[in-house]
Amino acid sequence: MKELLLTALLGIGVLVLDILNLKKYVLPFILLALATLVGFIAADWGTVETPFGQTMLVYENGANLALGVFAVVLFFWFILSSSYFKQHEGKTDLYALVVFSFCGAGLLASFGNMAMLFLGVEILSIPVYVLAASKKHDLASNESGFKYFILGSVASAILLFGITLVYGATGSFDLAVISNFIQDEKDASIIMNVGITMILVGFLFKISAAPFHIWTPDVYQGAPTWITAFMSTIVKAAAMVALFKLFTGPFQFYVEANGYTIGVIAAVTLIASNTAALWQTDVKRMLAYSSISHAGFLLSTIIGNASLLSLLFYLLTYSIAGIIAFGVIKETQTIGENPLKGLYRRNGVLAFAFTAALLSMAGIPPFSGFIAKYFVIAQLIEAKYFALVVVMIITSAIGAFYYLRASLNVYQHIENAGRIVLTPLVKWTYILLTALLVLLTVAAGYMHNL
Amino acid sequence: MLTLALLFIPAFFGLMMFLSSDLSKKLAWVGSLLNAAVAIGAAVAVSYGKTEMLEFDGGNIAPLGAHFALSINATSILMVLLNACLLPFIVHVASKHEMRNESAFLSLILFMSSAMMGAFLANDSFLFYICYEAALVPIYFIILQWSTAENKSKIVLKFFVYTLFASLFMLFSLLYVRQFADSFLISDMIAAGSKLSQHEQVWVFAGFFIAFAVKIPIFPFHTWQPNTYKAAPTAGTMLLAAVMLKMATYGLLRITMPMVPAGAANADWAMWLCVISIIYASFVALNQTSFKLLIAYSSIAHVGMIALGILANGNTAYEGALIEMVSHGAIAVGLFFIADMIESRVGHDHFNKLGGLREKHPAFAFLFFVIVMASVALPVTSGFVGEFLLLQSVGSHNIVMALLAGLTVVFGAVYMLRAFQSTMLGKHNTELAFAEMTASEKMVLTILVIITIAIGVYPGMLLDVVHKGLQLTGI
Repeated sequence: MKELLLTALLGIGVLVLDILNLKKYVLPFILLALATLVGFIAADWGTVETPFGQTMLVYENGANLALGVFAVVLFFWFILSSSYFKQHEGKTDLYALVVFSFCGAGLLASFGNMAMLFLGVEILSIPVYVLAASKKHDLASNESGFKYFILGSVASAILLFGITLVYGATGSFDLAVISNFIQDEKDASIIMNVGITMILVGFLFKISAAPFHIWTPDVYQGAPTWITAFMSTIVKAAAMVALFKLFTGPFQFYVEANGYTIGVIAAVTLIASNTAALWQTDVKRMLAYSSISHAGFLLSTIIGNASLLSLLFYLLTYSIAGIIAFGVIKETQTIGENPLKGLYRRNGVLAFAFTAALLSMAGIPPFSGFIAKYFVIAQLIEAKYFALVVVMIITSAIGAFYYLRASLNVYQHIENAGRIVLTPLVKWTYILLTALLVLLTVAAGYMHNL
Repeated sequence: MLTLALLFIPAFFGLMMFLSSDLSKKLAWVGSLLNAAVAIGAAVAVSYGKTEMLEFDGGNIAPLGAHFALSINATSILMVLLNACLLPFIVHVASKHEMRNESAFLSLILFMSSAMMGAFLANDSFLFYICYEAALVPIYFIILQWSTAENKSKIVLKFFVYTLFASLFMLFSLLYVRQFADSFLISDMIAAGSKLSQHEQVWVFAGFFIAFAVKIPIFPFHTWQPNTYKAAPTAGTMLLAAVMLKMATYGLLRITMPMVPAGAANADWAMWLCVISIIYASFVALNQTSFKLLIAYSSIAHVGMIALGILANGNTAYEGALIEMVSHGAIAVGLFFIADMIESRVGHDHFNKLGGLREKHPAFAFLFFVIVMASVALPVTSGFVGEFLLLQSVGSHNIVMALLAGLTVVFGAVYMLRAFQSTMLGKHNTELAFAEMTASEKMVLTILVIITIAIGVYPGMLLDVVHKGLQLTGI
């Protein structure tokens, strides 16, 4: 409960600081609050808390851990993005929107009721529509925000329709009641199945899985880069956690009946995104397709009987790599044509961090992206989805090709490279995050102790 | 504990170099020499039958189903020795040339050595896979940052994606067998794999073979190799040729052959590929004028022979393969060292533009000659022992294969001696300013020559360690 209060109050607090003309303390204030949040989670470890009645929100270990992962990623996101927002006149507004969106992510980690699920999805998405369009004088940014808003609202509507249909079939929004209902009934009605399918479709849109992924490249490319980083990491991760909670919880019967279909969706997502990414010349667009391809892996966790822990591990490694990659793109954005070319001459730390992030996304040991993918693949093999595993392996190789091609560009030799100067805090954060990509591989071995 | 030390000494010193770049050269020397000393200590421990220090198991890592388990045993001891003892030579070559950002270069070399050491020490197939792949990352940076080749990005991209893609087949094979095994421990995997039906074993074997065939490399999977060898800075080429590809032959010997014996017994197709590879590479080598490319192709022929011998699975193949792996490592380092000496003096490595160096540099000519002789497997050199044992076991499997593969010795003599002649003999090219060998160069080549001859004259030195290890720990 206090986690939710803290995040909501944090958003308001940021706005208050603006009114009090204390803008320069905003960032330390947010970082301190996020650190406190992680502290709360650590203090609450092992307890179960259910505020607002029995099942509206359920704070158990899984929910707390997911919230902790989001908070950690957001913490680093704020540090790295600080130089961008420093110049932005409306920085506190944007910060507040990000924090509100994070609040929605918190709801999605802990919901126990369909109403809370919908609230979470909306609180998560609506600030992001605004954020995507926050470069007011940039046409691409406006287009991105508008597209995201229109398509996102349709997806939300479909999700809501699905929720009502499930309500119609079971008579409750409560996940526990729905679970019991399904267990008693054994045979799910058509309304129930249609409802769940619509919920799935809504989420496939949110995590940008095929065939609802078409919006992703345009929106990611047009939005301000740091907002893209936020969308592709925390927004996506929150939606995925909610999807996972639903489909390995009350809707598990649906996955058991339609596992093959979901496997095909995952495979199509992987093939469509990786083949499209091959032809991209714009790195941001390529990363958008790579984000879609990760959705394919994420989606397969629900058919492979994966644990929440392995999903969160995937989300954490992917998010860290994501904010590094988008951060580096942002740092180089002011350099005209082909900005990443010869980056190592401009700044060695950025070049190395970028390569490490891409190698991790490609799933190459010793970076933790490999272990994350391994967890997914191992569980799929146990569940006998061999064809999907073969698709994953082949598309991973395609992925390695375009990730490496992008990172090779960084090491091209150029003349007269202007240096990119980072503040020590940002520089060491990049180094720390890169080190984390390796250290998480080691940490994976101790995950079962949690 | 020795195993842990071997694994982490290079990585630790590599990390230290990042932090204090002024001391990088000294740190690299201390780290590599210390590691070599520990490896020799481990070999002595094995030959005296002390194995307490040589096993390490960090316990089951439940979420992965794998162990952080290291061991030094009969098969790995020679590879560990090879990797650890060649490292000082490679550090020497690396620090010989002036280059920018030297500390990063040296630390990447140590990291790579550490990763390869992990592959040789791994007692768990998952750990083996991770180290096998992790070794790619440092060499990727080494080539990218310090290569002088024009199209290095293209070369390194091909190399990386090619080997990575092939390795995924190995991962698939490992995961398939893992379903039936208690853990990823190599012993468990062997127990599970050998119980599979013959049909399954053939497929699992194929997965492994594709992964290793790219790394070794074997025709038609070799196309990445010559360009990569030529493009990489010499220290990187040495790592690739002398040690990295041994991970593949070692994996074949240590994991694949025992794990899927029925699959390996039905692998005549793979053996024929090796034979084609040997003959093809020899023919291509005949037409090379670039010394580095010549060594690269001759390397394909030699390692093709190692793979062929391992697949033949005869009594002597095991010993022959191990000896030849060590010998090929030492000879490859020697040849690339010579290529580097020539290239850094005259600016290219086309031996047909050289000539008559022997008149002015008799010592260089002599050392070069011995290493060339070892490469063409003349008796009393290490090359002879290995190739002889390998050919013997291939012959007992299929005499036609042995005859065809034996041609490599003839071809090898032709192209290596031709290269030697056109550099060293004939009329002295007076325009050529060829500086004297430095004392350190002389020392490096002398040590390598001593090693090759010592193994050639008394291979028992190494084989005793292997036999002792076999008695103590099995394969």
